[in-house]
Amino acid sequence: MSSKSVLSGQTSPIHLARWRGRIYAIVGLSVLLVVVAALATAVGSVKIPLLTTCQVLVSKLPLLHITPVWPSGVETIILEIRLPRVILAGLVGAALGTAGATYQGLFRNPLADPYLIGVAQGASLGAVIGFLLPTTWHVLGAGVVPLFAFAGALVSTAIVYGLARVGKTLPVTTLILAGVALGALLGSIVSYLIISSGEKMHGIIFWLMGSFSLSQWADVKLVLPYVVVGIAVILLYARPLNVMQLDEEQAQQLGINVERLKLVLLIAATLITAAAVSFVGTIGFVGIIIPHAVRLIWGADYRFLLPLSVLSGAIFLILADLIARTAQAPSEIPIGVITAICGAPFFLYLLRRRKKVIF
Amino acid sequence: MIKIEVQNICLGYSRKEVLKDVTFQVMPGEMVGLIGPNGCGKSTIIRALTRIISPYRGRILLDGKDIASIPRQELARMLGVVPQMPLLPSAFTAFEVVLMGRNPHLSLFQYEGPKELDIAWQAMERTMTHHLARRRVGELSGGEIQCLLIARVLTQETKAILLDEPTANLDIGRQVEILNLIRNLCLENNLAVLAALHDLNLASQYCDQLVLIDNGRVHAQGTPSEVITPRNIKEVYGADGCVYTHPANGLPAVLVNPGNGRASNLRKVMERDEV
Repeated sequence: MSSKSVLSGQTSPIHLARWRGRIYAIVGLSVLLVVVAALATAVGSVKIPLLTTCQVLVSKLPLLHITPVWPSGVETIILEIRLPRVILAGLVGAALGTAGATYQGLFRNPLADPYLIGVAQGASLGAVIGFLLPTTWHVLGAGVVPLFAFAGALVSTAIVYGLARVGKTLPVTTLILAGVALGALLGSIVSYLIISSGEKMHGIIFWLMGSFSLSQWADVKLVLPYVVVGIAVILLYARPLNVMQLDEEQAQQLGINVERLKLVLLIAATLITAAAVSFVGTIGFVGIIIPHAVRLIWGADYRFLLPLSVLSGAIFLILADLIARTAQAPSEIPIGVITAICGAPFFLYLLRRRKKVIF
Repeated sequence: MIKIEVQNICLGYSRKEVLKDVTFQVMPGEMVGLIGPNGCGKSTIIRALTRIISPYRGRILLDGKDIASIPRQELARMLGVVPQMPLLPSAFTAFEVVLMGRNPHLSLFQYEGPKELDIAWQAMERTMTHHLARRRVGELSGGEIQCLLIARVLTQETKAILLDEPTANLDIGRQVEILNLIRNLCLENNLAVLAALHDLNLASQYCDQLVLIDNGRVHAQGTPSEVITPRNIKEVYGADGCVYTHPANGLPAVLVNPGNGRASNLRKVMERDEV
């Protein structure tokens, strides 16, 4: 004990410095997110000055009273058309970024993305069935396509989970294999249905590549609770997820209930992914690229990787959607095309610039 | 202070029985060595003690309590493990890996505070690994990782420590360094230490008690002089005439006895025989 008391009082300043840097990053990205969101609300087919946009947005905050000096049409465009779209893009980006980071951590596999265990194919199949149904009824303000997509995502993940379970444990390799196999099966059914879908083919393919063009407040209200609760749960488990990076045996020896951790994180990540893709389609690349970019810049520690992925994912997808709706106006580019075109070169640049172990 | 008691455990993987009626105990302030040939069940005993696998008969008591009834997080506050050549996430820094040792002491809603950082940093100074703190573990050597894992187990602040081959793949200088460190920690903090050791000489020099395992059973246990005898070594390892007395302290020492040794020597013997 004597040797310990001699050393006490010498904290490592280098680590505090490093942590401080990451905390600044979280604050900085939060500010950037607000700025990007305001900017994306201002830009569009009808040009509205940034100042007016900010005034309209601020006027809607409680406790603040600003006399409107802008035409009511402007307010409608900002609040009813652009703002829900920007917020939905931010929510989906945050959800996909976080879910990607969670799956990568849970599976200890750098290639994992939110769609690894059948969520995307399940959602696609559900959506395609929704498109092909002759009905147009709505439940809770959601159309039949998002409802079926959400159900499809959850059912396919539950099947993968059931198939992969061995006794009381869930081996990660079996889970990935079952996910890939079921995904291939569902994917081929989707392909067959698309080919035989006739005049609905265009709508289906556009959905599969992802789009925010139909976003409205009702969608935001349905997606928001899932994404907020799911992300909150995942952030709580950031430290255990760090320990899980050792391996399951060491994690258990460090006091982690590994099977419960896997179950909780799997449910949370699947729910936020399913909620995100069911309204806007299976947008690729965000879930894999955002966590890796964050890892390259700020390190692999999940206590920072997860919140930074939430923020970066939201910023990235708001910007991607901005490009998708303005680059070729008045027609829209599917957002999946934008995420891949912007994301891949940026990722390759990061990879080349920092030639070091990242995972 | 914690006492480890292993009572009559039988254990198997699927159909193969690996441990048969194993009984021994580790007292506080005592270093006990588990020795035995490859695949005899040393690592399995370590895994059973941390509840990775459960025995189908017998029980393991920690501080008088059956470990089957201790929640995992509480168990990790009582018992720390230095695993053998584990996988470490190569992108994490050494300090981040050591800090993971605080996990059992934190609830879900807690993050590591200054106290946790201090404990981890002191553990790194104690094991002379503090200069590695910012390095990524993927860049470290086997010896450095071994020290880092000991720093992690110190950060865990447990009263009992299990080590699975802590000196495997280390050079002779590092072996002595690591075992000196473990022995000093055991003495200063009154820890109960159980180490699976491959090297009989190190086991003889450093352990207060030895448990010789053969084919899942306890073949012999007692002090090094009682366990490392020519008869036991012959019976368990099939190696003949290799137990000597250490010139410095009289403890048993083991030297290989290869019969006629090198090829050149053997050739001479054969030529002589022909003449």
